[in-house]
Formats: sequence, C-alpha cells, structure tokens
Amino acid sequence: MARLTAENVELATEIIGHFPRPKSALIPLLHLAQEQDGHLTDDAMVHIADLVDVTPAEVLGTASFYEMFKMEPVGRYMVNICTNISCQLRGGEELLEHAENTLGIRPGQTTADGLFTIEDVECIAACTEAPCLQVNYRYFHKITNNEFDELISELRSGARSDIPAHGTLAQVRQHIPADRQAGSVVPENTEVPVWLSVSEDGNA
Amino acid sequence: MTIDVPRIITSRFDRDDSFTLSGYEATGGYQALRKALASSPQAVADEVKTASLLGRGGAGFPAGVKWGLAPENVWPRYLVVNGDESEPGTYKDRMLMELDPHQLIEGVLLACYGIGCGQAFLYVRGEMPLAQERIAQALNDAYAAGYVGKNILGTNFSVDVILSWGAGAYIVGEETALIESLEGNRGMPRLKPPFFPAAKGLYMQPTIVNNVETLSNLPWIINNGGEAFAALGAETSRGTRMFAVSGHVKNPGVFEVEYGVSTFRDLIFKPEYAGGILGDRELKAFIPGGASAPWFFEEHLNLPLEKVTVDRAGSMLGSGAIVVMDETTDAVKSCLRIVRFFARESCGKCTPCREGTTWLEQILQRIYDGYGRPTDLDLLMDVSDNISPGISWPPKQTTICPLGPSAVSPIASAMKRFRPEFEARIAFAEQNRSSVPVDFPKAASHA
Repeated sequence: MARLTAENVELATEIIGHFPRPKSALIPLLHLAQEQDGHLTDDAMVHIADLVDVTPAEVLGTASFYEMFKMEPVGRYMVNICTNISCQLRGGEELLEHAENTLGIRPGQTTADGLFTIEDVECIAACTEAPCLQVNYRYFHKITNNEFDELISELRSGARSDIPAHGTLAQVRQHIPADRQAGSVVPENTEVPVWLSVSEDGNA
Repeated sequence: MTIDVPRIITSRFDRDDSFTLSGYEATGGYQALRKALASSPQAVADEVKTASLLGRGGAGFPAGVKWGLAPENVWPRYLVVNGDESEPGTYKDRMLMELDPHQLIEGVLLACYGIGCGQAFLYVRGEMPLAQERIAQALNDAYAAGYVGKNILGTNFSVDVILSWGAGAYIVGEETALIESLEGNRGMPRLKPPFFPAAKGLYMQPTIVNNVETLSNLPWIINNGGEAFAALGAETSRGTRMFAVSGHVKNPGVFEVEYGVSTFRDLIFKPEYAGGILGDRELKAFIPGGASAPWFFEEHLNLPLEKVTVDRAGSMLGSGAIVVMDETTDAVKSCLRIVRFFARESCGKCTPCREGTTWLEQILQRIYDGYGRPTDLDLLMDVSDNISPGISWPPKQTTICPLGPSAVSPIASAMKRFRPEFEARIAFAEQNRSSVPVDFPKAASHA
C-alpha cells in the first residue's frame, strides 16, 4: 500500500515505452496506482513522479483534475448513478434517492462497512437504457428500485465476482510484442514516413 | 434495430463474435487495409475527400478537409482518436468501440496511411472499461496478425496504435483538451489560434483528431469507394449516421440511418425507430444533438436529419443525440439539470465560463427551489450574455472553447418557449416568502 509494487513498476515501464514522452503515461500510471490501492496514495504519486520524471506537484496537479481519481479511500464498490437529462427524464433522480435511503448515505459518502460509495454522476453514455448506473464502471441498465436492492445484496454477499474492486478498469492490457513494435515516433524525428515516398503503384 | 439503408458502421452489431478478429475477418475485415496498401496514400486521402465524410464528433467538419490542413513537410504527424464520448444523450462511440473494435482500428490504420501519421493514440473514455478491454484485445490480436505495428502486412507501412484512456472529464472531448490530457496534463483547452491541432497539436506537432464514428466509416469507404458513400444521404450530409434517441420515447435506441433523409418525426415516432412518445403523451420539446444544442419543438419535427438545415433552424445535430421531453416535463428542472452539468464540467480556465456557469446553476436552483426573485430572469439572461454575447446561434463566445456557451443553450431555449413556467415559480416564491422551503406544485399543473 504505497509505492508501486515491483510487478506494477514493470507494467509502468512497459506503458511509458508506448509513448514518445514519458509524461504521456501519467494518467495510465495513476490508474495503475488506483488499481493497486483502491485510491491514490501520496507515496504512489511521488513514485509515479519519479517514473515519468516530473515533480510530485505536477502529478497531483493532473490527478486532481480528473473525477475518477480518488485522493481518499472509497468503498470497495463505487455506485455511480446517472441523473443527467436522459436519465432524469426516466427516473434517475428517484433512483438516486432510493439508493441514498437504502444505503443511508449521501452522494460522495461511504457506508460504515467500507463497501459502498455512491455518486451522483454525469452522463455515462447509456442514455437509451435509462435510468442506468455503474458499479465500479460496470453498467446496469433500466434499473428499478427492486433491482437496485437485489444488486446491493448480491454485492454484499460477495456473489458478484465479475465486478472487481474499485480501481480496476480494463482487465485486458495492451501488450506490444518487441518484434512487432513500430516504435514511438518522437517529435524530434522529422523524417518523412517511408511509405509516403513510394510510387503510385502502392506498397504491396 | 431495423435499418432501411446499407448498414455501414453497425453491420456487425448483431453477430455474437463482432468484436473478435476471426469475426471481423470473416465479414470482410482488413480487406480495405490490403486494398489501401496496394494503392498510394494520396489515393486513400482522395477517396475520403470524395466521400465528403463529415466529422461525427459534434462540429461536423469534413474529415477529408481536416486531413488536408496539416502543413506540408512538417514531420512527424500524429493521429489522435477521440473516444471520450461524454455529451449528455450521446451513445454511439461506446457501441462502436465495444462491438466492432477492429473496424475502428482498421479506420485508424487507413487514416495513418493516408495522412502519413507516424503514431496513433486511441483515447477512450475512462468510465468505459469494456470498450478499453475490447480494444486492448483487438489491438493485441491485430498486432499478432501483422495488421498493426512494424511492416504492416509485409509492406514498409509501420505504425503503432497506442491505447490510452481518460479519467473522468467531459471537457477532454474538446480536441485541444484531449491533447493536453494525452500529454499528461490537466485537460484544459488551448487557445485557437495558434494551437489548431492540425498545425500545432500533440507535442506541438501536426495532429489530426478524429472521432470514433468518423474513423469507423473508413473501411467501408475504401472498400466501396468514396462515390458510393457520397451517393447515400443528402447533398450536404453524406453516408449514414448513428442517432441515439432517449428520454420519453417507447423504444429508446441507437439507430443507423441514411444521413439527411429521415426526419426527426421519423426517428421519434416510427415503430422501427423510437416508436412514439411514452404513453402517447404530447411532445413538449426535444434536444436534437446533445445537451449543448438548443432545444427544438413540435414545429421542427419535419426537419430532415441533415446538418445544414438543422444549423439554419437554430440548433445542431451535434453528436447525434436526440433527447425527447414529453408534456409532463418540468422545463425549469430539465434546464437546471443541463446547466448544472456544464457548471460541474467547466474546467475553470476562462472566467466567464467558470464563474458564469456556476452563477447560472445557482440562480436556476433557487428559482426551482422556490426562492426565485423577480429580477432573476433578467439576471439569467445577463450572465448568459456575458458568456455568449448576444445569445445568438451559432453562439459567440468570450471563452476559449464552446463549453460555456453550451450552458446558455438550454436557458435560451427554455426561457424563449416556457418563460411562464419560470415566472410561475417566481410568483409562487413571492407569495410564499418564508424562511422554510415550500414545495412547488408538480409539473402537471403548469405543463
């Protein structure tokens, strides 16, 4: 719980290698740290600063801009209920109210057992499935109050192993095999791409 | 989904294996790439120009023209894919990324080949882990199969496509903010000029930023020719387009329709599309192109889904998001919710937007809560005018990007059409002035 683990440093190094400039890996590395600890710890941000060669203040500056990065611990499950226009029209606010009453917390708060945090979020691009919510960014469509209660009890009983703890987004990562990698093109590389200098007959 | 024209970008959506390499290859996948590599990069760029493909992100700028804006002989160039879909009401890029990631990747490769981009960055919205996973898997498979990376399909065309994702910020959908985010910074827009991405974008190099739906059209265009694409749709809006219809309709859904041919009425009422208003109630208003767009009403239903006509009528097709509000809708409440969105998402760089959207939200909130003052309606217009002088369409702006003026759209729309609803709330507040909030009667009484 702090700096990135050796395994994650290896992943971080691979991610940094995907970009022409190390700082471009900053947001991906913050996600990695949040996946490791559930939120962003100061130590992890200092470590990331080292890895991408910027100051810790710059890391904090970037991290604090983005809604998904949490500087304080949150529940194992982040329940994000959309109340933006399409969901509002189809009962999103009533769903949020039901969630508040069921869990006994207000948006931004976490239940005493550390399991749930709820948030009143902006559009999550499932507008035709309103009202919708995400648990750790996994979608649930056209949710009724009863379905909400069922979902909460399933999560409580540990029956939803398909939803990883908060912080884990994609569970498949991009890996570029060394022999297939074209290589990052740094801004200083001013060569004309080779394929542009071929004849009209093309490349085949 | 019933579709009356060739399905260009949603053709694989009904297949269980639509997101796999084998499913993609079995349905003509990566044939356009082979075809392109057998011709010149210029031929690919020309084909896209012939297609008259308009950008599908919101602004509707012609993609072929955008490609041509990169200054000659300045290298390297980059391609940035905008997959940060966040405009309220919009739900199409996520489907394209989740259900047909290879189509997008092939589009990216065609663009890189045609423009001469040395590297591509695919920026997916943070809140979309399934899209991220599907694209990561698709890229891994495509690299292994020789479609992406070094010496693609044995040619001298080499390009890496790098997957990255955001972390929750609507403003990052604005292209210069997206570039800032890709550089590891706070996602705040850059001033244009001088920072037009095509000239000075990622790492201050020429950068083409294209939307997911825009690029997803490229494999079809290269396979079938730009002319075949341009033959579909209307004069000024070619091909097909995805529209999401949400809100008070019987069958909310995402539909691919021929661009510029169907009308709003078709899409909202026809049984093969959204199927009419919920409970057969009356239409009150609809948003034609995402939360940033001014609202439309009954008299706009017969307009075709076509860019120029909709622009002239005082709104925009934006990101293809139609949000329907029926007669029970509380105009003040909906207006407040949309304005609150912009206030929350303002990045804080420009004062008129940072301060203005916050004030607009607070004024609307107190009107809604029953504390409104008789002077509040003029005050709303005054603050709006400071963000977007003249409150006209297309909007003028005192800000770097259009986010601030977008917050003015719902206010201008609702006040123009439903001013009595605002006045009723304020009059109610005047009559019931007290230290405790009083519940305003529900929408039905003043609809």
